[in-house]
Amino acid sequence: MAIPVSYNLRNLVVRKTTTVITALGIALTVAVLLAVLALVNGLRTAFQSSGDPLQILVMRKGATAELSSAVTREVFQDLKSMAGIAREGDEPRASLEMVTVINLPSVDSPTGMNVTLRGILPVGVKMRDDLKLQDGRWFQAGQREVVVGKSIAKRYPGAHMGNKLRFGRGEWEVVGVMDGGQSAVNSEIFGDLNQISSDFNRADGLSSVLLRATDAATVPALINSLNDDRRLGVLAQTEKSYYEAQTNSGALLQYLGVFISIIMAVGSSFAAMNTMYAAVARRATEIGTLRVLGFSKNSIMLSFLMESLLLSGLGGLVGCLLVLPLNNITTGIGSFVTFSEIAFNFRVSPEIMVIGVTFALVMGAVGGLFPARMAARKEILVALREI
Amino acid sequence: MAETVIQTKQLQKEFIRDEFHVVALKDVDITISRGEFVALMGPSGSGKSTLLHLIAAMDRPSGGEILVLGENLRTLSDRAIAHWRNAHIGFVFQSFNLIPVLSAVENVELPLKLTNLKKKERMEHAETALNLVGLGDRMHHLPRQLSGGQEQRVAIARAIVTDPDLILADEPTGNLDATSAQDVLTLLSRLNKEFGKTIVMVTHDPHAAHFATKSRHLEKGELLPEGQVPVDWTVPAKA
Repeated sequence: MAIPVSYNLRNLVVRKTTTVITALGIALTVAVLLAVLALVNGLRTAFQSSGDPLQILVMRKGATAELSSAVTREVFQDLKSMAGIAREGDEPRASLEMVTVINLPSVDSPTGMNVTLRGILPVGVKMRDDLKLQDGRWFQAGQREVVVGKSIAKRYPGAHMGNKLRFGRGEWEVVGVMDGGQSAVNSEIFGDLNQISSDFNRADGLSSVLLRATDAATVPALINSLNDDRRLGVLAQTEKSYYEAQTNSGALLQYLGVFISIIMAVGSSFAAMNTMYAAVARRATEIGTLRVLGFSKNSIMLSFLMESLLLSGLGGLVGCLLVLPLNNITTGIGSFVTFSEIAFNFRVSPEIMVIGVTFALVMGAVGGLFPARMAARKEILVALREI
Repeated sequence: MAETVIQTKQLQKEFIRDEFHVVALKDVDITISRGEFVALMGPSGSGKSTLLHLIAAMDRPSGGEILVLGENLRTLSDRAIAHWRNAHIGFVFQSFNLIPVLSAVENVELPLKLTNLKKKERMEHAETALNLVGLGDRMHHLPRQLSGGQEQRVAIARAIVTDPDLILADEPTGNLDATSAQDVLTLLSRLNKEFGKTIVMVTHDPHAAHFATKSRHLEKGELLPEGQVPVDWTVPAKA
């Protein structure tokens, strides 16, 4: 049987100052990693929650984003009549949309941030099943009225209900706030397609078409026929895959965060190592005594390794607690795809916390291994004579 | 004829210290039988503690033979020695060497962790050992809450809790006042007389040696013939 864990726990309590300082160092490292992971997780959730698997986004061939795409009304008329598109009554479920960016001062950037403005038809609103009005009403056709996503309402002081936004050829009244669940729609502003395209002199230079397929089996066939039709010159893909591809916006941030965390982890591992070396030196007599009582070298090694793991585990838990207040806090990140800000919530999920604690335990194992090995290798008499 | 518990032949221990070759033990032949209480005496540096450490397999001899409880310690692996020590040896240190963060009863229970006993049985054994040394009312005290004498009695309880064949004590009264030393020596003597424990005690205190059934003297690494004391041996003043 191994040396009791209570021995390690009580030693950590006895050396409480050292324990707290070392655990805090590990906690901060874990907190940095978790903050980055929570951010990326939130961003991923926002994109993965966007789009309907039955819906197909059609852009100009070669376009990588709606912003750089151009679709004419003529193409839209051709698309509407294609087989496999769902209908509501006589009306095909197809939405012609125009996407552009406008500049609004935000809480983070008073000089202004790019925000996605989407000109849309009533059918486009209907096709977004998860979209609902949180406050106010929908915009009216032919009016300079907009409905803002809930993240926009929260992060842009000028975009509150009843306020007027200046873009295009005049002032636009915010008449409603929409809630798209956790999707990217929350970071967009919706207005009447014809009014917006007119204000931006893009009456026939629109951005994309959203189509709904009759069923899941029709989706690939419809995509293939759209992509194969040279006359149309369009690129079709599922709405879901379009948004999922945008998750890459957070990749650079993720790499940077993980890189910083690894650098910090090296420092924290050395701190844990230093603490454990000091513990081994201070408790040399105890190590000698345990050996005389019959505990093997392996028992001694495991005991000190366990102590290091307990110390780092404590740091990991504290790191999780430190980052917990970030959960659900709204933040924004500039997307290289839409050239606008995408707002989303930090998501500190249980899976992320497990990663944090595991990361801390790895730091503890790395930091504790050599001191534990040194403790186990001490000759009994040498250990007993050390003070 | 009593069973031989310890037997050494031509036992040697040499080591290098600060580039000097030191002979700690030279051709030591000693036989100790079951039930004996032997005091190993001699001045500092005479090799008495070295001999005790070799008997406890805490160190390896440079030459000669050492048989303890019929086991040739030179042939055992580190792991086997650890197991053997736990099963057969109880060791009492001069500085008590209790684990400071564990209570008296937890300290005594510690060697039993290496046995197959269940927690309840371990605690029963530990409590019995503590009662035997007269500390039944101090079970949950930490070492720092005990006097030196009490600490040493806890250490003796820890040494006997596994019911070892051999108790080895290295200057067990060296850090104690006269009264506490008397209590500890009386306890060791009782363990020898009432429970038949074989005890080897290193001491330089002739008063302590009086509690033993036999005294053997070492001088400059050599074991003197039985009954012989070093030429310049002076009786240290009693505390």
